Amino acid sequence: MTQELKIINFMGIRKYTSGFSIVLTILAVASIVFQGFKLGLDFTGGTQLEVQFDRPADLAKIRDVLHEKQLHSPVAVTFGSDADVMIRTQDQMSNKGREYIAAEITKLGNGASLQDVLRPTREQEGFVDVLVISNLTPEQVNQSGIFDSARFGKTIVSTKDNATQVAIEKGLDMVYSQHLLEELQTATGASIKLRSSESVGPQIGDELRDSGGLGMLCAFFLVFLYVAVQFQWKFSIGALVGLVHVTIVTLACFSFFQWDFDLNVLAAIIALIGYSINDTIVIFDRIRENFRKLRAVDPIEIVNISMTQTLGRSIMTHVTVFLVMAVLYVFGGELLAGFSKAMMIGVVFGCYTSIYIAANATVAMGISKEDLMPRPKDETEGGVDLTP
Amino acid sequence: MLNRYPLWKYLMLIAVTVIGFIYSIPNIYIPDPAVQVSGDSTAKVIDKAVLDRIEQTLKDAKLDYFGAESNGESAMVRLHGHEQQMLARTAIQRALGDGYIVALNSASTTPGWLRALGAEPMKLGLDLAGGVHFLLEVDSASAVEKRQIINADDMKDKLRKAKLRYLSIVANRDNQIVARFRNAESVDQAISALRGDYPGMQFVKQDAAADASDFGFVATLSDAAVKEIEDYALNQNLVTLRNRVNELGVSEPIVQRQGRSRIIVQLPGVQDPAEAKRVIGKTANLEFRLGASPDTLVSNKEEFPFKDELMQMQRGNAELEKQLIVTGDSVTDAKSSFDPETNQPQVNITLDSLGGAKMNRVTRNNVGRQMGILFIEYKTRTQVVKNEAGEDIEKATQYIERKVISLATIQSALGIQFRITGLDQPGEAAELALLLRAGALAAPMHFVEERTIGPSLGADNIKKGVNSSIWALVMVFVFMVIFYRVFGIFANIALAINVLLLMTVLSMFGATLTLPGIAGIVLTMGVAVDANVLIYSRIREELRNGASPQQAIYTGYERAFITILDANLTTMIVAIILFAVGTGPIKGFAITLWIGLATSMFTSIMVSRALANLVYGRRKNLQKISL
Repeated sequence: MTQELKIINFMGIRKYTSGFSIVLTILAVASIVFQGFKLGLDFTGGTQLEVQFDRPADLAKIRDVLHEKQLHSPVAVTFGSDADVMIRTQDQMSNKGREYIAAEITKLGNGASLQDVLRPTREQEGFVDVLVISNLTPEQVNQSGIFDSARFGKTIVSTKDNATQVAIEKGLDMVYSQHLLEELQTATGASIKLRSSESVGPQIGDELRDSGGLGMLCAFFLVFLYVAVQFQWKFSIGALVGLVHVTIVTLACFSFFQWDFDLNVLAAIIALIGYSINDTIVIFDRIRENFRKLRAVDPIEIVNISMTQTLGRSIMTHVTVFLVMAVLYVFGGELLAGFSKAMMIGVVFGCYTSIYIAANATVAMGISKEDLMPRPKDETEGGVDLTP
Repeated sequence: MLNRYPLWKYLMLIAVTVIGFIYSIPNIYIPDPAVQVSGDSTAKVIDKAVLDRIEQTLKDAKLDYFGAESNGESAMVRLHGHEQQMLARTAIQRALGDGYIVALNSASTTPGWLRALGAEPMKLGLDLAGGVHFLLEVDSASAVEKRQIINADDMKDKLRKAKLRYLSIVANRDNQIVARFRNAESVDQAISALRGDYPGMQFVKQDAAADASDFGFVATLSDAAVKEIEDYALNQNLVTLRNRVNELGVSEPIVQRQGRSRIIVQLPGVQDPAEAKRVIGKTANLEFRLGASPDTLVSNKEEFPFKDELMQMQRGNAELEKQLIVTGDSVTDAKSSFDPETNQPQVNITLDSLGGAKMNRVTRNNVGRQMGILFIEYKTRTQVVKNEAGEDIEKATQYIERKVISLATIQSALGIQFRITGLDQPGEAAELALLLRAGALAAPMHFVEERTIGPSLGADNIKKGVNSSIWALVMVFVFMVIFYRVFGIFANIALAINVLLLMTVLSMFGATLTLPGIAGIVLTMGVAVDANVLIYSRIREELRNGASPQQAIYTGYERAFITILDANLTTMIVAIILFAVGTGPIKGFAITLWIGLATSMFTSIMVSRALANLVYGRRKNLQKISL
């Protein structure tokens, strides 16, 4: 095993890789800007129901029902098996419930209409919503029978300030999602079990977008700082260019293919920033070492030597991470699919980036031996004297 | 000798591994579905007699149970499967009737000797255990507005007393109090009269407009004061929510503040979000009433028990008038403090202006009489009744519980602010203040997030997580052995210990495992071997450069260390950021990633080196290593 390693001329094709990366980045940004993301529930707010059918689900019929109900950007996809369906809309069920019941009240005629939905007062314990209805007496409410106990649970009808108030035990959101499931059952003829339901208010999504963006910037900044302190600021620029490149391309994949971008994907992307810098740092570490050890060679050659030396390790590491993420993609279920997808793309692309872009950018910054000559206190680094 | 570890290092590694084993073992003991019975007050003893009734009930219902136990405060029976658990709960609820809280629970199956060592399994997040998650937002803006309205009323009062004339003092929605006066002079006088009383308020004089008829000031609450009000509103809701959630009889509920104005409520095992919402949406209330005097008509008085059981035993029921003075809606603040003169604990109560006026009207004619404060809770009692078809159904009935939390003598006419003294201990004052706040009208809350995860979905997620972890581990094992042979085995042993330690740390710190957390563990498996890959690449390189095997092993480990540290530290920094910006499950991911990296640095450097030293270190004439 004592043969010399053949130095691979990585930097020889640096013009092509630079060009490729610039074009790719422009395309990526274009996709993000023009196509945007298919944001998950956490970001958009809205409601997500995971339902289980007792037979393979008829997605076309389900989508028909959702459109007919005029839900805001409805999504219905199978989730895991073909009998599990995820239904998502950006509507809040409580708003839809209000529209739904308002329409029913208006149908009663005589100008009856739903004026307001109030929170129950302390005296109305055990009720979730209080509907204020105008032009309809309590007697008429009772006669109409629209507040049946199957849908609304217990109800109390009273009069206050010239309007009729109906306190209902089941909230409007519950009423509507139950109604929706019933409609789906009638349309598909299947029996449906609700496995999970999530509802996220719109303000949460905005905050999450902000804090996610902030998190990414923070990660970039700290990595920049760390590399500047441990190495040198020219390396920082190189590392940062590489990181931004990986992040943008991974984001763009989610935009281009319109994959769901949820909280887990955001976590994967931020983790990716931490992970792909790892590889870059190993290469930088070697570049620094070689700058100090080898005499009078030009930066490009040093980079080539360093990368050839670390290539085996780079490939091994990326392969192990890729492997475990592929396993997670296969076995981890739908919820973690986005996470593992983002990691896999990031790992493959991060490998390319740390070889062709990060070092490349560092060379372009004009790194030289003088930048890296050890300061006196760094002399002991590595700990041993090499005497072959 | 180059590659020799001292004995103590081996011993330490063995010790760490053994500890790791002990503290992660509990995770393989799957908890039994159980039903737990406790009394609805601490006075109720759940003893052998109650347990016997429970056991008899289960026998009658032909439900198989085991491990029945009681400890005076609660009793528990374990069952086979979740369906039986539900049936058992219904049966026990019916047999015991009122006064007992019958809750679904999961009973630890960890052997006693492990529990004696403090070894507990990891907690499972809602995405794995199933349950309901709510995120509530406290409308603190309305709390601030309400406080400003009270302040404005208060200012009017003070200016009247100081004989200063004003045109109007109005609180607006932007947390400002706008006061208008007839001339510039009175503005100055008013500000100097008021400033001392409102340390948290900033007074800004308005420039006289061109028509010179508009004089006044704007008083704004400082950010610190606003924050204090927000905190108050939030804590008030937090206390109320904790009370309510306890009523649901959930085994390990989480009620936690998140950020400035939000509260997280997580109820593992609860499957009916509507019922949970109803229960936690309830609030308590207060009633201030005069104590009954000897000449109060029987038709005009009522008897109430004390909330404090000791008090109840000493003094029996208290008699209060039926007429109430004010309710909790009028209470704006209640704080425990000390009397500056006597240093005795006391509770300061603040009412709004309307409440203050009512309080004053009643108390000025009744100095020397007693005033009682009632704490009112709206509770739900679940009973099993037969419906028309003769089936047993659970029926929830609402009832109101009124209990006396304070009975004190009125010393003088009370107003907007008054205090309750004569409390024996600071703890007692704090408790009373807490109850008063819980009963006061809280800032409104609304649900901003709601998630329900069915138990079958949670079980599915666990299965998926475990499968992914096992397969990921197998893949990495195979891969490492193929490429690094004997050293690959070292790395694999190190990785196995790493996973063990990661579980240990998570279990010991009581961290919650979530689905993204499992993704973090899987990711750690992939990243952790990186350190070994780095070291082995280095050793190969040294060998290629002609170093002897012993020398190569030594140099490989020494040189790679700095690189490993550099590379892992950045990822750990990023994990901290992730923890800071992430919510719930993502935090779980960040924690597992961080701990995984920390333990992996230990295992992949120390453990794998110890193994290499053990196998190769003693051979003096080592010619070839399997790498």
